Amino acid sequence: MSENAKLPPLPTGTFSERAVAWSKKNLFDGWFNTLLTLGALAFILWLVPPLFNWAVVNATLTPTIEGCAEVTGACWGFVNANLRLILFGTYPYEEQWRPVLAMIVLIAIICGSLGAVKYPGLRKWIIPMWVVGVPVIGVLMWGGVLGLTYVQNSYWGGLPLTLILSSIGVIFAFPLGLLLALGRQSNMPAIKTVSVVYIEVIRGVPLITVLFMASVMFPLFLPTGVTIDKLLRAQIGIILFTAAYLAEVFRGGLQAVPRGQFEAGDSLALSYWQSMRLIILPQALRLVIPPTVNSFISMFKDTTLVVIIGLFDFLGTVKLALRSDPAWTKYYVEGYAFAAAIFFLICFSMAKYSAYLEKELRKGERR
Amino acid sequence: MTVATETTTGAVPPPSKEDVITVSKMNKWYGNFHVLKDIDLTVRKGERIVICGPSGSGKSTLIRTMNRLETYQSGEVYVDGILLGDDVKNIEAVRREVCMVFQHFNLFPHMTVLENLTLAPIWVRKMPKKEANDLAMHYLERVRIAEQAHKYPGQLSGGQQQRVAIARSLCMQPKIMLFDEPTSALDPEMVKEVLDVMVELAKEGMTMLCVTHEMGFAKEVADRVIFMDAGQIVEMAGPQEFFDNPKSDRTKLFLSQILSH
Repeated sequence: MSENAKLPPLPTGTFSERAVAWSKKNLFDGWFNTLLTLGALAFILWLVPPLFNWAVVNATLTPTIEGCAEVTGACWGFVNANLRLILFGTYPYEEQWRPVLAMIVLIAIICGSLGAVKYPGLRKWIIPMWVVGVPVIGVLMWGGVLGLTYVQNSYWGGLPLTLILSSIGVIFAFPLGLLLALGRQSNMPAIKTVSVVYIEVIRGVPLITVLFMASVMFPLFLPTGVTIDKLLRAQIGIILFTAAYLAEVFRGGLQAVPRGQFEAGDSLALSYWQSMRLIILPQALRLVIPPTVNSFISMFKDTTLVVIIGLFDFLGTVKLALRSDPAWTKYYVEGYAFAAAIFFLICFSMAKYSAYLEKELRKGERR
Repeated sequence: MTVATETTTGAVPPPSKEDVITVSKMNKWYGNFHVLKDIDLTVRKGERIVICGPSGSGKSTLIRTMNRLETYQSGEVYVDGILLGDDVKNIEAVRREVCMVFQHFNLFPHMTVLENLTLAPIWVRKMPKKEANDLAMHYLERVRIAEQAHKYPGQLSGGQQQRVAIARSLCMQPKIMLFDEPTSALDPEMVKEVLDVMVELAKEGMTMLCVTHEMGFAKEVADRVIFMDAGQIVEMAGPQEFFDNPKSDRTKLFLSQILSH
């Protein structure tokens, strides 16, 4: 209670006395605040008990349609019964340990990379981790070697697909966005024009269009016989799209770094790339952590759009499960609530990490 | 400090091998605005030059052309025998020998003082880290701030920051140092600590060009004082002559304004 700490007399007395004092100060401070407090209380009483009854008290986990028919609350049995379909899509049932392992590897690499802020010793391992980890994930998912049966990527789906699309998306969109942002500020007219046109065109169309073009239009321009994998096309579409948004975020950061920093770098005879890498970008990127994470969260959720070109991401597999048996279809609320909870969990973690990162990077620099 | 008699004449010294900066017939425009008009200036090795003038007179712009922070449209600028034009290699070669101290310090806020100092030696001079650290500590001691080596610039006072900025430049072991109003952004009580460091540098024979309104500093160390107005060099003389017997009316007016308080 930091509010309490600011009170001139230090809080004394029993717990209940202090609680009353705290409420008076924070909840019933004048007629308007009293009104707001009572209003909020009424809203909570109206919303929470029925929700709790539905989601917990009257709910069931029994993974059968009959079990669900008996209860008045949520049918988590739908999720329970279809969990592996929702999580892994149409990936062969017997082989689903492979996406599990791939996810563990992916999450370990991500945690290792993000942890480098706290443990600087990890920093030099970030690139090796990805260079080794991504092929390992590829081998696990595709197979075809080391005695693993080959699984075509059109069978991939669910959470692994969502996580792979978004993490590979981040890894490639970040440097591409950075180059575009620098290109847009370049003195060289050709580079500047290309960057501006790219950013404005890609930003100006919906992601669905980009994915659709990648899926339907793009193959028409390829010579017959040459095909590019559908998943790869979707991945490239997501990267290109996100990079355009990130480019503008980064440009904002570059513009916020004082001119004097560029001049100091120049006057110390640092080259353009040295100045950028050592002086400008560390400051610019730190300034734009919130909008960058905003873009990543947005991209993470946008990966659900790949469903329009026939890939089943995590939200797609929920729909797949709902359609798997007509009797399940009416439990769409439970299905979407489960998907929403998982999406929220991941997005909220990103937001918390971003807040942590900002705090950590600011340490020592302020008095 | 006494002033060598041969440089008090006010005339441009004759060209010699000792000339480290030669500016000839240099003009610069910002759009239609003629910022620098037919500038001719020769600086010899070890010379201390103070440039003053009203704001907008082009004095900062002039010294900023000497490490190519500003371009110019006609004329020539040679620094250390190298023509400063569009050639990036030339520009980088000049910047390795010429360092600039800025009005607002321009320290790198995300690095410690020590990291600020070692950055250029490590990346530009390719110096091993340990050697760069020793060099940095040496110069930090010289500007009397070694105990702050592991702090961030934001934790220092303005005067301390400017001394760090001077030490950062010295770590490049430059032949020429440019000072762009180094004390203008400082609180009055901090001006002296920075000027003291600059006076020491001057006495050690560093070639210095200094844009400043600190006339006491000019009197103490300058070999020549230049007065600029409206993009032109109006008057150039040894400090004694400049202060005691200015020729131009504009110089007289400027001096009366600046010395009256």
